[in-house]
Amino acid sequence: MKTFLLIYFGAVIGLFAFFFQEPERSASIERGREIYGDFCVSCHLEKGEGIINTFPPLANSDYLLQNREESIRGVKYGRQGIMEVNGVKYNNVMTALGLEDQEVADVMNFILNSWGNTSKTIVTVEEVAAVQK
Amino acid sequence: MKNSIVSLYLIVLALNFSCAQQSENQVDTPSGVPFTEVLFIDGIAIPWGMAFLPDGSMLVTEKSGDLLLVKDGKKTKISNVPAVYDRGQGGLLDIELHPDYSNNGWLYISYASSDGDEKGGNTAIMRAKLKDNSLVNNQLLYKASPNTTKGQHFGSRIQFDNDGYLYFSIGERGERDINPQDITRDGGKIYRLHDDGRVPVDNPFVDATGAKTAIYSYGHRNPQGLAKNPLTGELWDNEHGPRGGDEINIIKKGANYGWPVITYGINYSGTPITDKTAMEGMEQPIHYWVPSIAPSGMAFITSDAYKGYKGSLLVGSLAFQYLERLQLEGDTIIVREKLLPDIGRVRNVKQGPDGLIYVAVEGKGIYKLVPKV
Repeated sequence: MKTFLLIYFGAVIGLFAFFFQEPERSASIERGREIYGDFCVSCHLEKGEGIINTFPPLANSDYLLQNREESIRGVKYGRQGIMEVNGVKYNNVMTALGLEDQEVADVMNFILNSWGNTSKTIVTVEEVAAVQK
Repeated sequence: MKNSIVSLYLIVLALNFSCAQQSENQVDTPSGVPFTEVLFIDGIAIPWGMAFLPDGSMLVTEKSGDLLLVKDGKKTKISNVPAVYDRGQGGLLDIELHPDYSNNGWLYISYASSDGDEKGGNTAIMRAKLKDNSLVNNQLLYKASPNTTKGQHFGSRIQFDNDGYLYFSIGERGERDINPQDITRDGGKIYRLHDDGRVPVDNPFVDATGAKTAIYSYGHRNPQGLAKNPLTGELWDNEHGPRGGDEINIIKKGANYGWPVITYGINYSGTPITDKTAMEGMEQPIHYWVPSIAPSGMAFITSDAYKGYKGSLLVGSLAFQYLERLQLEGDTIIVREKLLPDIGRVRNVKQGPDGLIYVAVEGKGIYKLVPKV
């Protein structure tokens, strides 16, 4: 009985969290799509494919999917220098974009859930705020 | 079987002609160059504008908002610089001296400004004088409206012509279907003013109802290069197009450069914007780049410092991180050469009063091209 209750309430809480995160998640992704079109697309291109040796890809990017905090930091403050993405070295500058924390979260949620990328947990404004230069 | 081969052949043939994009045009890599590049000023994140003062010092804008005076390798931050809207491609942008700077001391600055009622920012032009490492007599000459939080296409290059008129570019601010073809709206334009901000009475649209009378030409996307052709006195621009649509244009009074009604480019997604590359009443570029190099900065070489380079046009490439030399025969480009391969994102290029070429590179600083003897 004890185990049953534990599983039961566990499932209820889990579903509750899931359903309540879902509308927030898709709204954030939609806002992120617009940010992407304004700030990112000219280099990383429409399908996140980038330009090999010049602008790193976002679609199926090992760097992005394995370095969540570092990726947030890059979007929030800009970044410069050598990085390796999917086995290719890049040495370029991405300028600080001047986005608000909510916009950083939105565009991260968009790129983490587009072109074959998937992310279980939503990037929140609190998570972005906690990332320091 | 025979029929299917024929139709396959026809389909392949049709595909060749169905795209507005031409085959890639060629850029040559020269085997030797008449200069050595030297990092002249280091440690500037995004050097955007450069101006050479009569005493041999240099003013450099850094996009996030710093104006730096560089003398004998030492950088001094100038105070009382206007607050900038540092977002996306906006920030502290170009700087240019008045043609008669040594007598009147005016310098001109373009920047993204959040002045105004709406949230966001748009391009502004101001002038000021330099005194004791501070800007003084600051005067706002033009502010585009409305503000928008969109991050792209501020334009912002400044250039004077031989008659002392002040020209500057403002990009379409991410509203290609609203701004560039509408002369009652800012954005997607090149503007002309007197040096004190007055609108010249013979500007092309002074009598058009509701028009922004400072407009000199329209239908532009995002011109980030503007230079005076030393032979003809005409203004030339280079502008960022969509994918495969970067252009060089000769700027004519009242002319329409077609964006987004005609273009050689396509959307970043590969879908077409329009199937038209030409139309009656719209100007053709003298050159367009496939693939796009993302051109920024433009300078004509008038000095004899570099063997074989006099009369050439230089353009920076942000995307492919080199300096392009375009050899001209009149208004026709006959050779394209890749200089400084992989140097970094080239934001600006200018010829200094010493006849030498200075190149601003993002993440590095300013390079000087020292002639080989």
